[in-house]
Formats: sequence, C-alpha cells, structure tokens
Amino acid sequence: MAGEAVVERRSAGHRLAGLFHGRRRLQVGALLAGPVGWLVIGYLGSLAVLLVAGFWTVDPLSGEVVRGFSLENFETLVNEPVYRDIVGRTVLIAALVTVTDALLAFPIAFYMAKVASRRGKALLVVAVLVPLWSSYLVKVLSWRTMLSSGGIIDWVLEPLGLHGPGYGNTAVWLVMSYLWLPYMVLPIYAGLERIPNSLISASEDLGAAPLTTFRRVILPLAFPAVIAGSIFTFALTLGDYITPRLVSNNQFIGNVIFNNISNNLPLASALALVPIVVMVAYLLVARKLGAFEHI
Amino acid sequence: MRTQDAHPVRTAWLVVAGLLAFMLLIAGCGSSGNSSSGGEEMTKLGKGEGEVNLISWAGYVEPEWTKPFEKKTGCKVNDKVAGTSDEMVQLMRTGQYDGVSASGNASARLVDGGDVAPVNVSLVPNYKTIFSDLKNQPYNTFDGTHYGIPHGRGANLLMWNSEDVKPAPTSWDVILDPKKASKYKGKISAYDDPIYIADAAVYLKAHQPELGIENPYELNEEQFEAAVNLLEEQRPYVGEYWSEAAKQIQAFASGDSQVGTTWQYQYFELEGAGKPVAASPASQGFLPSEGATGWSDTWMISSEAKHPNCMYMWMNWIVSPQANAEVAEFFGEAPAQSLACEHTAEKDFCAKYHAENPAFWKRVYYWETPVADCGNGEENCKDYNDWVQAWTSIKG
Repeated sequence: MAGEAVVERRSAGHRLAGLFHGRRRLQVGALLAGPVGWLVIGYLGSLAVLLVAGFWTVDPLSGEVVRGFSLENFETLVNEPVYRDIVGRTVLIAALVTVTDALLAFPIAFYMAKVASRRGKALLVVAVLVPLWSSYLVKVLSWRTMLSSGGIIDWVLEPLGLHGPGYGNTAVWLVMSYLWLPYMVLPIYAGLERIPNSLISASEDLGAAPLTTFRRVILPLAFPAVIAGSIFTFALTLGDYITPRLVSNNQFIGNVIFNNISNNLPLASALALVPIVVMVAYLLVARKLGAFEHI
Repeated sequence: MRTQDAHPVRTAWLVVAGLLAFMLLIAGCGSSGNSSSGGEEMTKLGKGEGEVNLISWAGYVEPEWTKPFEKKTGCKVNDKVAGTSDEMVQLMRTGQYDGVSASGNASARLVDGGDVAPVNVSLVPNYKTIFSDLKNQPYNTFDGTHYGIPHGRGANLLMWNSEDVKPAPTSWDVILDPKKASKYKGKISAYDDPIYIADAAVYLKAHQPELGIENPYELNEEQFEAAVNLLEEQRPYVGEYWSEAAKQIQAFASGDSQVGTTWQYQYFELEGAGKPVAASPASQGFLPSEGATGWSDTWMISSEAKHPNCMYMWMNWIVSPQANAEVAEFFGEAPAQSLACEHTAEKDFCAKYHAENPAFWKRVYYWETPVADCGNGEENCKDYNDWVQAWTSIKG
C-alpha cells in the first residue's frame, strides 16, 4: 500500500515536471499568475469598481445607492464653485510641495551621490530614511504643536519681529514638504549615482564651467529621477487628508471624499476620480518633457 | 522582449479596454437591489455565544464595567471605538459587529438601511426603570417599533477660557452673532460636522422666531438657508473646526482657541490639567439661553448579529443601575437608568447633570438624522445629504 502511494505521488510530480519541461511560456505564466492576478484583481479591479460607483446616485429618500448610469455627480463637481476651489487648492499645494521638495532634495542628493565619503554617504542615507520609520501622525501632531500660537516657531521668530504662519494653507505646505522630502531625495540620489563621474570630468576637460556642466550634463541625465520623485510627492499630497485636518481649516480633495463616503458613496467616488485624472495629465506632461526616455 | 517594449501605447490601451470591460461587467451584475429587511425581533433569549463585538463612543466600554459583565455572562467584549456617527454607520454596514451605541444622527440611517434589528424590550428587564422621557423617542423608536435601549444623554457644551472671555457668556451669541463673535476673531472653536448646522438652527429658533423653526433637524428651504448663512458669517471668526477631541484640547490648552462648542470629555480633560476653562452646563449648571443641541445614545443590535444573545445581555448590563452609574460618571453624562442615581460615587451626580429633571431636557435638542419628511406631513425638509453638501460649502 505505502509503496504504491509513493510511486503514485512520484509519478504525479514527474508528470507535472514533464508538463513544464521545455515550455518557457508555461513556466513564466505559472510563476507570474499569483502576483499578476493580485495586481489585476486587488488593484485594478478595485479601481474599476471605484470608477463605476462614480456614475451611481443616491436615492434622496432612502439614502440607498441606486446603481445605474448618471452624470449627476460629475455635474455637481463642475457646477458647484466650492468643488472647483477645493480641487484648485489641492493641486496648487501639491505643485508647490513638489517644487519645494525638488529644490531641497537636489543639493542633498547631489552631495550624497557625488561628494560625500563612503561613510558620510551611508550616514546620510540613514538620516533620510529614519524619519520614514516614525509614525506619520506623530510628525503631523508635532508640527501642529510647533505651529500653535506661542509655539516654538513663534518663539524663534519673535526676536525678528515676526510670527509664525499659524494654521492654514502655509502650514499644510510646510508640513507636506517636510513629510514627503525623503521620497524626493532617494530617487534623485539613485539617479545621480548612475551618472558616471567620467562624464563630468569630460565636460570639465572640454572647458565647460561648473554651471554649464550642471545645466548641460547632470540635469538632463538626472531629470527622469526628479520626475520619478515628483510623482511621489505630487500624488501623496493630492491624496492626503489628515494633515489638512490637523493644521488647517481648509478642505482638500481627500477631506471631501472622507465626509461623503458613508452617506454619498457615488459622489465620493466621482471625487476620487479627480486625482486620477490630474495624475494622468501630469504623467502625460512628464512624458512630453522626455522623463521616461531613459527608463 | 522586443515585442513587449515596442508597443507601450498599445499595451496601455489594452489595460484601459480591460478596465472598461470590467466596469461594464460590474455595472451589469450590480443592478440587484440590496435593501435588506432589517432582521427579526428576538423572542427568546438563549445561551451566550462567548463573545460580543461592539462599536462605541470612547469611554462607553471600559474595563471597570466590562470585566464583571464578562465574568457573569461568559461573553468576551471586543470593542471598536468610533470617532463620528458617520464612522459608526460605516462600520455597522460591514456586518461584522453585533451592536453599536448610536447617537440620534446615526440611528435613523441604520434603521432605514436595514443594518439594525428591532429590539424586544421584554428581554431587557432593566428597560422598565429607564427614564420615561427617553423612551419612545423619534431616534430610538420607529413606527412604534423599539430599535434600541437608551444609554445616557447630555447637552453639547459652550466652553470658554475664563481668563480671556469676560463676562462669562450666557448665550450662543458669543460665537454666532457676528458683532460679538468678532471680538474673538480667530479664537473660536466650532464642531466640524454637518450636524453643527443644527446649532445655528437652535440659535435662530430663539432669535428669529419669524422663521418658524420648531425642530432644528427638520428645516425647510428658507430655515435651512438662514442657518447656513449664519454659519457662513461665522466662518471668518472661526479659528479652528475640530473633529478630534485631542485637537480641540490642544488648541484650548495653547490658547489658540478661547471659546466654542465642545463635549464633556474635552472640558474634563482641560479642567483636570488645571486650565482656566468654564463650560455650560457642566460647570455652571445652566444651558445657554437658547437651549442646546445634545445627544441621547441608544444601544442597537445588528440585523446580522452573530452573537445576539450576548448582545441582549450586554444591552441589559449597560443599563443596569451599577454599570449605568459607572459609565455615566466616567463619561460625564446623565444616566438613562433611573435607579443609577443611587449608585453613583459622587452623591449629587444626578442632580449636577439634571438626570431627574425633565424640564432641563425640554430645552436640549438631541441629535437626529435630518430627513426629507418634516414630521408635519410635508416632504420639503432638507435631508442629510443636503446638510453634508452645505457643510462642504460653508467650510469652503
């Protein structure tokens, strides 16, 4: 009995191995089925459900979701001035945060990639990563305390006759720029790391001033990395709703989605489409600028 | 490899087409209605199932009174704290919980959505001695059917920093009348929730009787607009809209906020930390002259409860005299159980919270869910969806 079972099992295993032998497509297919299935069902599938829900409506009497096709939610988004303001505010802050982070991150990343010693480089990478390990909420709440009236920012600025920005759009911009900076530093660092030093030397040998080398050699080669970083900072700012809640009175796209999610899911879904559309537009522009040519 | 790289655009279109096909598939399948019946009322209590999953306000389910319950019934209590009524509705709709301590602005939505089942009050012996003005209320009884057991009640507070705000306010006009509110520009704290529109309606009910507001949750077009306008006028003076209690505590502690609407919890935290705050009615014993919005919470049972027996035992336990006294004192609210007043640690607790004073509660407008049905046969009232939209516009 036992002997037979072993033979049986072995032959099944053999048959399976035989099935895959020499068939590369089948091998690759079996290997990828899990992760790709997860991606398609878990990510793209849920995204599709979200998009569909944007066309549903809510029955005003029962509050139940009516599944059908209607452009009502999108009309509301376009016609109500308050939503235009909110979308405009969100996109503007996201753009400002992205530019700020790019300007701050580039010198840091350049120093890390091209100037610092091995030891200094390792230390800097850790320094950039460590803030990512601490809780997001703790960081935002710390900023809230620092920005409060009579808080540490007021205290520092007081001798200069100034006072802190208080809570509001400026505070959101400051906090978001702080939060997402590591997401900008790391891609730029990786991008600069890949530029061979010999190119910089060659540029110098050919008589280019440092600024010219930077403008004509380094920046074009590092540009895709900056775009990669900006996708993180831009998308993360577009989607965040906790920071605006804690350091301002202003509503961002995420806040309105949050407020509508339990009583008007279709409107929330329609609003959730806005960041997607904005991101797609942003990626198209980035592509036009040649950001993906070297990927 | 070459063929894969050559047509990124075609690949992108394929993905989009796939998504579209998937969307159509869902839209096609999804047209079946999902309004469930709301479940059946229990007729007989059985043995406990060993555990019960609750959704509650912070401070409603604490070890002091859950440990004895677990020991007595063998039902282990798993509690999930929710921050807002919206969150409670959302969590209940997952069907993973047995019950919830719903406020009036959630209960009607839960009943309409079929998320909760009727409650057979004869299976809850302690229901008999609950204050009678809490029974058969529009937020716990629908078409004559009981949908829950009253837990406790309280009025929303007007809190102020007693060093900065003088004289002590006796009316909501200190934050709602633009002339008076301008004195505290940037220092006013307002509740960040659509239901806050009702606070404006309570104020208008007293100050603009010509609007004819009766119930601040049943507002017709004209009344609603007046309330929304009032809050839009208030907007420039508001320093902060709060939704998390911790946020408001910090703002009052640092001086960023000096006057505004709050709950007992924040007041006690600040008072305990030695901050110079006063609040109506908690410390002053009176309501602002217009009255106030408030809450009267109800324990409701899910229509999909997996541990209904334990849930019934819990509903009976939380309104038992001893447990109800403990939770009322812990949270700072008036108990629902009339016999609880003999069990409070602080002897004059019930007097302080006006638990046995029906006249006091006549001027407290418990949270309700705004619905189109005005209660007077007309269907022209603004529903909760309109309130949410208006609140988005007020905040801008």
